[in-house]
Amino acid sequence: MQNNFKNIKFLKQITTHDYESFLRLPPMIPFSEEITDYLNALSKEINKDPRIQKFPDVRTFSFFCRKANILLLKKKYYDSSITKLGRGLVFHIAPSNVPVNFAFSLMMSLLSGNSNIVRVPSKKFDQTEIIVNSINKLAQVSQYSNISNRIILVSYDRNSDATKEFSRDCDVRIIWGGDETISQIRENSLQPRAFDITFADRYSLCVINGDEFVNEPKPEKVVEGFFNDTFLFDQNACTSPHLVLWIGSSKKVEKAKNIFWDKLYVLVNNRYKIQPVSAIDKLTNFYNQAIQTDRILLENRKDNLILRVKLNDLRDDIDCFRSHSGYFSEYHASSPLELSKIINRKYQTLAYYGFSKKEMENYFHQLKPVGIDRIVPIGRTMDFSLIWDSYNIIDSLSRSVEIL
Amino acid sequence: MELNNYFDIQPYSLDKINKSKYLESYFFELTQFHYENCTKYRNMLDAVGYNYKRQHHYSEIPFLPVRLFKMFDLYSVPKGDIVKTMTSSGTSGQNVSKIFLDKETALNQSKALTKIVSTYLGSKRTPMIIIDSPAVIKNRKMFSARGAGILGFSIFGTKRIYALDENMELKVDDILAFIEQNENNRIFIFGFTFMVYQHFIKEIKKRNIKIDLSDSVLIHGGGWKKLVNESITSEEFRKMLNQLCGITSVHDYYGMVEQTGSIFMECEYGNMHAPILSDIFIRRPYDFSIADLGERGIIQTLSILPTSYPGHSLLTEDEGILLGEDDCECGRLGKYFKILGRVKNAELRGCSDTYAEQF
Repeated sequence: MQNNFKNIKFLKQITTHDYESFLRLPPMIPFSEEITDYLNALSKEINKDPRIQKFPDVRTFSFFCRKANILLLKKKYYDSSITKLGRGLVFHIAPSNVPVNFAFSLMMSLLSGNSNIVRVPSKKFDQTEIIVNSINKLAQVSQYSNISNRIILVSYDRNSDATKEFSRDCDVRIIWGGDETISQIRENSLQPRAFDITFADRYSLCVINGDEFVNEPKPEKVVEGFFNDTFLFDQNACTSPHLVLWIGSSKKVEKAKNIFWDKLYVLVNNRYKIQPVSAIDKLTNFYNQAIQTDRILLENRKDNLILRVKLNDLRDDIDCFRSHSGYFSEYHASSPLELSKIINRKYQTLAYYGFSKKEMENYFHQLKPVGIDRIVPIGRTMDFSLIWDSYNIIDSLSRSVEIL
Repeated sequence: MELNNYFDIQPYSLDKINKSKYLESYFFELTQFHYENCTKYRNMLDAVGYNYKRQHHYSEIPFLPVRLFKMFDLYSVPKGDIVKTMTSSGTSGQNVSKIFLDKETALNQSKALTKIVSTYLGSKRTPMIIIDSPAVIKNRKMFSARGAGILGFSIFGTKRIYALDENMELKVDDILAFIEQNENNRIFIFGFTFMVYQHFIKEIKKRNIKIDLSDSVLIHGGGWKKLVNESITSEEFRKMLNQLCGITSVHDYYGMVEQTGSIFMECEYGNMHAPILSDIFIRRPYDFSIADLGERGIIQTLSILPTSYPGHSLLTEDEGILLGEDDCECGRLGKYFKILGRVKNAELRGCSDTYAEQF
């Protein structure tokens, strides 16, 4: 066993013996008091680090782990009438470019009652360090040892066979990353009853009712929400909209577009700095779209911050023509039902404005799409939830046991 | 479009106003030609709303990011007219650029190169040392930018010797013999910057070899990217060549497979120069407007040579600074500039797939 651990960096010291007893640890009951207390303590520990002021993502995570929030989640997502236990060992493979993603993944799995091996990005982020330090500090506190013992943080490069080892030992493997990552990792087989939860490349979009938007008393707020949905993560999060579908009368939609993009431009111009290579990427992506799609038009380009691509029709390959850092295809549709032409399994988040929740539910029921896992108001695409990419995480990571 | 007139003029003999006048109508016609003969090019120009019928100044001609030549087969002549397809060396497994040449374009590339380089070498051909292995051109599949560069520059050599063997070992004895045979001649040395440094400079230094190449001209190109880790500057590079083997005339060139022929050469003062066959603009990343003198930006290159493919106006992935126009101390007219290297890779937030490269 010892030899197999070469090339692996354990972020918390561990011996082979530790690892073997780790594998024998029993699962826990989801949302148990012990877990809740641990997460609450973790939240407090993180808050002690003065650096968190700089990192809203760490603050969000810490806020999420508070006892009050966990109890709220328990109420919402945990059905105590069914006997539940964690599945056992969860192996997490987090993406390298989202610093706190590993922590959310770990938190959800702990809440479901599991032991964890978490592959943390080896790329250095302060955010990752803050959270890892806090986890290691709690490991010194005997009160939390039962939970601390269930967390192994590792990092290793891709030449290591650690993925193979951990895949063989785990009950669930959670893979965050792109399609390519997932197929690479899937080359490592799992135990017969184990399974993968994969968070693959997704495509997201938004629909705006122009008739409503022109009457919006605070258009700045809507636009700020859209800014957070997109530019906050370089329009590169799986939840970031790439396509804007406008609904409404031509006249109002035109007016709405002007207000919307003008206000967005002001925000972007103040808060966002475009990297030179992103400017090249966006132009390259635009020409790629122009070559492969007839009659598109670059609209109203002031500079390279926001590129708007006017579509003449809605083609089912629109999800292939995306970029990042401010690149939007736009289409004026007669109704959200036109989405039936384009939605495939890749589609994840549909953000909306100017419709009620009820209306969106109706559209969804009429469309019965193979894709779209989340429908949220503009500004809330990044809201984290225990239902993600259509998985009910707690249910997926725990066993429901029947006792008659 | 008649290019011959352009070859009759000395490459660095036109000032700003005359060069502009001289190129404007040609670039207008060239853009029109590609628009009418390459559907993909037409789609791109239509999509940005460019009116090809109106004569714009050539600074306004849309520029194509060079990456597009890796993504698409772009050409403006019947497929049957294509006599040669050149590819870029393509770093680290990425796609390679494919450049389609008809007879005329290939011929013009070679004419242009001769015209430009002979102002540095003199019009008489000389014995030539190629700092590379002959394997590079033997393998037709590897007929890449490196091979094309060597073949392109080989026209300046009366007799040629490859300085490296198949294992990239320096053939010291052969080189010394070659120098002795040609002792009354100026020698032309050619190689890729990295090769010259790695397999020539470093070897000579390591093995303490005495070579006298004081009456020779060294031309090198291909960029400094591979030398970043060695953190060696252009000045140090020249100095080493001078100290180790007495070479005083060292010229870097900036060129790309997408615009072979109309290269930019470094003058005695270390500045890159645009000949009359090509031009550059430095673009601001923020809005692609033209940067001021001395301001950092992305390099756009224009060349009058590409007729078989729409590569006459390109946006490179290099950054540079325009140093001036018509007033370099070396006396050459036209723009002169400095190259700062590749644009930095994007560091994006988000959940895209970066596992393979970065984890």
